[in-house]
Amino acid sequence: MNVGFVIAYIVLAPFLGALLDGIDRIISARMQRRKGPGLLQPFYDLGKLFSKEMIAVNNVQLLLNMSYLVILVIAGAMLFAGADLLMVLFILSTADMFLIMAASSDSSPYANMGASREMLQMMAYEPLTLLVAVGFYLTTGSFQVADIIQADTSAVLWMPGLLVGFMFTSAIKFRKSPFDLSTSHHAHQEMVKGLTTEMSGTTLAVMTIAEYYETVLLLGIFCLFIVNSTWWSWIAAILACAVIYFLEILWDNACARVKWKTLLYSCWIVTLVAGGINILILMLIK
Amino acid sequence: MNKVSKSPWLLHYDASSCNGCDIEVLDCLTPKYDIERFGIINTGDPFQADILLITGGVNSQTESVVKQIYSQMPEPKVVVAVGICACTGGVFKECYNIRGGIDTVIPVDVYVPGCAARPESIIDGVVKALEILDEKQAEHKKNGGGAHGISK
Amino acid sequence: MGLKFQKFRGKGRNTMTMIPFLIGIPVVLAVLFPFVRDSKTRGYLVYAGAGIVMTATVVFIVSWISGGAQTWMLYQSTETVDHLMTAGDIFLMCLIVYMSVKYKRVLPVLLSVGQTALLLYTEFTVELPEGPHMTVDWMTILMCIIIAFIGGFICIYTVGYMKGYHEHHKDVKDRQPFFFSMLFLFLGAMFGLVFSQSLIWMYFFWEITSVISFLMIGYTKTEEAVNNSFCALWMNLLGGLGFAAGIAWMAYMNGTVQLLDVLSVGGEVPLLCLALAGLTKSAQLPFSTWLLGAMVAPTPSSALLHSATMVKAGVYLLIRLSPAFEGNLTGIIVSSIGGLTFIMASMMAIAQNDGKKVLAFSTVSNLGLIVGCAGIGVEETVWAAIFLMIFHSVSKSMLFQSVGATENTLGSRDIEDMHGLIIRVPKLAYIMGIGIAGMYLAPFGMLISKWVALKAFVDSGNFILVLFIAYGSATTMFYWTKWLAKLLCFHIPRETVKDVTRKDEYVSMFFHAAVMLLLCLLLPFVAMWIVNPIVRELFGNSTDVLAMSVLETMAIMLVSIFIVPVVMFFISRRSHRELVPIYMNGINEGDNRYFTNSYGEKEHLYLSNWYLRFEFGRRHLRIPSIIAAAAVLVLGFCLVIGGAL
Repeated sequence: MNVGFVIAYIVLAPFLGALLDGIDRIISARMQRRKGPGLLQPFYDLGKLFSKEMIAVNNVQLLLNMSYLVILVIAGAMLFAGADLLMVLFILSTADMFLIMAASSDSSPYANMGASREMLQMMAYEPLTLLVAVGFYLTTGSFQVADIIQADTSAVLWMPGLLVGFMFTSAIKFRKSPFDLSTSHHAHQEMVKGLTTEMSGTTLAVMTIAEYYETVLLLGIFCLFIVNSTWWSWIAAILACAVIYFLEILWDNACARVKWKTLLYSCWIVTLVAGGINILILMLIK
Repeated sequence: MNKVSKSPWLLHYDASSCNGCDIEVLDCLTPKYDIERFGIINTGDPFQADILLITGGVNSQTESVVKQIYSQMPEPKVVVAVGICACTGGVFKECYNIRGGIDTVIPVDVYVPGCAARPESIIDGVVKALEILDEKQAEHKKNGGGAHGISK
Repeated sequence: MGLKFQKFRGKGRNTMTMIPFLIGIPVVLAVLFPFVRDSKTRGYLVYAGAGIVMTATVVFIVSWISGGAQTWMLYQSTETVDHLMTAGDIFLMCLIVYMSVKYKRVLPVLLSVGQTALLLYTEFTVELPEGPHMTVDWMTILMCIIIAFIGGFICIYTVGYMKGYHEHHKDVKDRQPFFFSMLFLFLGAMFGLVFSQSLIWMYFFWEITSVISFLMIGYTKTEEAVNNSFCALWMNLLGGLGFAAGIAWMAYMNGTVQLLDVLSVGGEVPLLCLALAGLTKSAQLPFSTWLLGAMVAPTPSSALLHSATMVKAGVYLLIRLSPAFEGNLTGIIVSSIGGLTFIMASMMAIAQNDGKKVLAFSTVSNLGLIVGCAGIGVEETVWAAIFLMIFHSVSKSMLFQSVGATENTLGSRDIEDMHGLIIRVPKLAYIMGIGIAGMYLAPFGMLISKWVALKAFVDSGNFILVLFIAYGSATTMFYWTKWLAKLLCFHIPRETVKDVTRKDEYVSMFFHAAVMLLLCLLLPFVAMWIVNPIVRELFGNSTDVLAMSVLETMAIMLVSIFIVPVVMFFISRRSHRELVPIYMNGINEGDNRYFTNSYGEKEHLYLSNWYLRFEFGRRHLRIPSIIAAAAVLVLGFCLVIGGAL
């Protein structure tokens, strides 16, 4: 069963991610009272990117981007294989490191700014992700994803604060406003395209696919909050993921981008209040 | 499926002038015209753009910029000159610092006249450019341009 | 306990001669250096000396393991040596008094005279039973390996480095013979320290390391160096005073000065006194100032004293004591100070742009994590602490050396100046990169220790430490990443630099890099053969902290993380790429280095890292964190002493 999950993740995640992106763009357009692109637009985009001429500013960016993709896939595969959640999170940050290296290898002002902001974003969300893993450990007695999903009750009953906190900080990972500091889908910005400024064609396509894998990975972690040993909890988890994704889109459209200080402090404070208190209570009663 | 006309990404540059056409280009993004329904995204980044959309005539300061931005766009790519200044230099044509239309610096594929060009005609111009883009893509492929990519 | 060890004394007889040899060789070499004026001969002497020390250590370890790898308790009656050490203590006191008078400082005199008097008074008034003075066990062996190999290679590195250093700092008087004497004397003292079982012996070696550190920090004799060296001196002497007080308490209350007895019968007062010594030596808050000041010294001394070995002495003592920390007030004090240091130092590291300062803060911060682990005092945390110690020694020593070499090459150790080091001096950039990756990236060793530590903190129910580690690892990640990103910028340099790093420096750095990679690859074996036995010795039973399958997964992960970029390298090389200039709004001037500014002139592009000085600067964080840590310490002392009386 685990092998099935892993293969399904590796094969289907980019498609699922791209579809989610398509849905995201349609919903966003409707929220802005526009028609928006078709559902399959992300696939057209990827197809086009792969067909473009390869231009680059140096010879390592593609290499680093592909490493980012592969290591991210490894992290996701580990999550869906039921491995250690902390390990998954650590490898996820290692993957991100490759993206930062890819961006800063350009030595260009915009990409460098994007890379710096990405580091800052990592610093902002990292504490909460660790606390989420700790929360699962306290609730279910194991860091193993395979054990967490076998619990009798859903973890969210014990860790609502952590769920709220994770929803808050995952806007960074989904690259949604107000936390899309390092790169963003919107036009006309002070940092051009941030991290991805010098990425074109295949390089950008690789990065986009990696982002799709990451989206699915994150939604997988959201599922962990809901899934328990009963079969219907899986349906509930998928519904919850849909709601969460919708809320992220709503938030994206309702908020302007914040300054880095607001980002850092708000994430840290939410981590401390929602996550910290949740953990404290768990420690006291478990 | 990987027809470039399905997902044309756009880079807009204002080479000089009164900014009238500049504002009209932004109009196209608004809910009323919504160019995203064609899959068009205003990227603002030459590395990711397929269409270079230029408003205003080229002057001595922006000449090198236009050339450089054009050189940073990957093939296949098209250039759309929006507004009469971009097409010919317009009322500024005789100015001491104006080189003339965009085609004095880089090859232009579609000319969209008007002062200022209306959003409808801009969209029309871009859609015309898409056909040229597809042709160029086919040509690019025939020349073996795509064969270097690792997608093959 | 005594009986159990009696059995092995017979076997240990041949090693009785080995230990003085290990301590003696470096000391003899140290005495020789002042007489060797020729720099070439001195260089060869250093190579030979380092080689002998390493060989002797290997022989010693092999003989110990072939002898059954049992704990040996040695040297029951040692009256002559005891007297010699007493004389040594008095000599050290006189030296400190002399130096303090020379530079008009009062505090060191008071502390030094106070502790020596306390110790002498105790020695002469209390009749102490005979007992073993030295121990050999796995912990000692591990420390010996670190001292001999890391220390030895640092000495080799120093030969080349000091040449470059004096070419580069013409204003500093060349006192190399003195410097090498101190390096080797220090190695000898460290060997003595880790072998000691008797607290009085350990105190003697402890004081030697403090004094050597003081002398080496003051090497350049500039005003800053002198001030910083006295800062280091008084802080370490304060720890020494704690040590002496611990010894006195043990002698009067329990009639013994064995380290093991502190664990079994000592009670909290001597424990806290010794912990104070450990905290000062490992530069924990509120005493971390001295380690930061120590960065004025030439890099080898930073590498040797302040990252790889000397600060490890403090951690070593705390790990030795850790089984006694579990669940009592002293343990809470130690772990809270460790945790606080971990997070505060890692925050302050963000605001630093001097490479050595970042390393210093990161040393303090990592030691904080180790101390935090030791303070919890259960198998898991101590396991993590030992792992952290091993990895930290190797990668920090490597980082210090590469920063030192970079400084000699570029003429600056500012991280901003290391922009594009990968193009300018690729070899140094790779070494530095491996060192940095080793400090924080998955799945290198530091991270696995952090993982175990986090789990153990949760298990022990220590909420504050869990928060500290969560935030602390985020800040740690930030300052390392921005440094790494700086190194890897592909930027054509304005002027080419000539790599002046000498061969012996590279030998040492490559050795460290190789060890680092091997340690990661052989992680399961390191755990099984070295770390698990130490935990077993300290706690008397063995539980596998991490299941073997997890460690294997780690090793597989590690391999894949190495392999992925390599495979990607070959795949991406197949593709043809058109190289174009970077995007600077179309106003690049020719290449990627210049752009046209608003005056129409050529302007050089300069990219800077983020330092967040107004948020994480030392100015804002130093005083509050020192106050907080000092408050914990003082409060702890009041409670513990009040509880004992």
